Amino acid sequence: MSIINQQTRGVFTLFKKEVLRFWSVAFQTIASPVITALLYLLIFSHVLEGRVQVYDDVPYTAFLIPGLIMMSLLQNSFANTSSSLVQSKVMGNIIFVLLTPLTYLQFFLAFLGASIIRGLVVGLSIYLVAIWFVDLPIVHIGWVVMFAILGSALLGTFGIIAGIWSDRFDQMAAFQNFVIMPLTFLSGVFYSIHSLPSIWQTISKFNPFFYMIDGFRYGFFGKSDISPWVSLVVVTTFLAILVVLSLKMLKSGYKLRG
Amino acid sequence: MTIPAIQIEKIHKRFGSLHALKGLDLTVNQGEFFGLLGPNGAGKSTLINILAGLLRPSAGKAAIMGHDVVNDYQAARMALGVVPQELVFDPFFNVREMLRFQAGYFGRGKENDAWVDEIIEALGLADKAHTNMRRLSGGMKRRALIAQALVHKPPVIVLDEPTAGVDVELRQLMWEFIRKLNREGHTIILTTHYLEEAEALCSRVAMMKQGEIVALDTTANLLSKFAAKNLRIRLSEGSLPSSLLPMLKHGEDSVFTLALTELNQVEFALSELRKANAEIEDMQLIEVDLEDVFISLVGST
Repeated sequence: MSIINQQTRGVFTLFKKEVLRFWSVAFQTIASPVITALLYLLIFSHVLEGRVQVYDDVPYTAFLIPGLIMMSLLQNSFANTSSSLVQSKVMGNIIFVLLTPLTYLQFFLAFLGASIIRGLVVGLSIYLVAIWFVDLPIVHIGWVVMFAILGSALLGTFGIIAGIWSDRFDQMAAFQNFVIMPLTFLSGVFYSIHSLPSIWQTISKFNPFFYMIDGFRYGFFGKSDISPWVSLVVVTTFLAILVVLSLKMLKSGYKLRG
Repeated sequence: MTIPAIQIEKIHKRFGSLHALKGLDLTVNQGEFFGLLGPNGAGKSTLINILAGLLRPSAGKAAIMGHDVVNDYQAARMALGVVPQELVFDPFFNVREMLRFQAGYFGRGKENDAWVDEIIEALGLADKAHTNMRRLSGGMKRRALIAQALVHKPPVIVLDEPTAGVDVELRQLMWEFIRKLNREGHTIILTTHYLEEAEALCSRVAMMKQGEIVALDTTANLLSKFAAKNLRIRLSEGSLPSSLLPMLKHGEDSVFTLALTELNQVEFALSELRKANAEIEDMQLIEVDLEDVFISLVGST
């Protein structure tokens, strides 16, 4: 067996294990976020339909769905890497991976790949359920797919950083509650930032989540608060920064190898 | 000359102000059954973790089958199987799945499945192959850990206190299994608290204390270097005469253990006791074991 084959098989096995890990508890990792998103959809569309109109010819419920899809996708990509890492650190079974010849880059790619899959599966599930109830066009499928992948990659990477840094479950939960949740809720999932007072509009522009959701929404409606190209540049830049940071952590063995 | 299974040169490890390993040198040859003994905190696990790549040495070098554990870590880890001390497990998968994943990390695929089944069989895990790791008893988890270290057929196997908290039956089974691996050509490095375990299994042992090796020799040599035998006597009447005090190793109530350097000292001890009008209720000649050697080198644990 050639070295290349052997290396590919190693990284693919870890990727597969990480996918099967969330798949084996799909009720919690897929079904539960889909139901949560649908509840948001039900409540918000019931309360706000007809009262809020963001774009002229887009009903509020349709406007809301891409935001909800992106929100769930981001949260679940983050949860996949961070909870897997924290759990295997707390349980101690992380050593089974650390004892192998897998390089830090292979480790990164396998974990990241699985988190992207989780994000996409959750996002796609919400979409497939939602289109039963709401007429939802997709104007530019390419932008939709690109922002879905970039968004889940970004949060998957962030989850790797949080998972390596956290020694306990409550520390990881702090990331979720004090970083991910506020940034998602203040990013325009439920509204257009143009409906905000100008000071909040300015603040929102420092929130990377805003660009992921706005760019994603552009793919559906061909309309957005800012140009999707700007969003693409911001999201890619941010992703690159996090990838470099997490690779540095992994390469140094920070909190994994003493 | 063949490459040593393990070559450690001047390894240091510091954790802040703690100097856990103080310039260790150690060579273990291929095919050896080697014991690493020492009290808690002696540095055994630190040393093993450096070999396994879980810790990085502060200074010095270590190599497995000639592959440096830092610079050539992929080849080094391919050659090494580690059975960790803690009963760690992945709660999401069953025994067979977990073993196949582990083999996959080492680049092994379907062609390796027969070997995985063979290990499962040999370790008595066949009934549990489809049981989730979470549901296994402690003893079964221990077996699964050993299986996990073997999936990639490593020439060198390190077992970090494999029999801690294991019942007698399983301990015998594990001893037999590890002996078989050694006979088949695997190099075994065993750390243990149980001296009789090292005595029964290892052909050579290193004793560690506070980050240093204080004794390194064949088990037989270490044993013969120290007093040949112990004489244990129980007195029903009288007390130990002062002429025997220099030989006294241990005394409690009316039971005394005397260290003999030569066997004819038995005669001397008995005549002194007779002179002192002490009455012997029971007496035993006891072989020195590694524990005696250990205590005299390392101090009481």
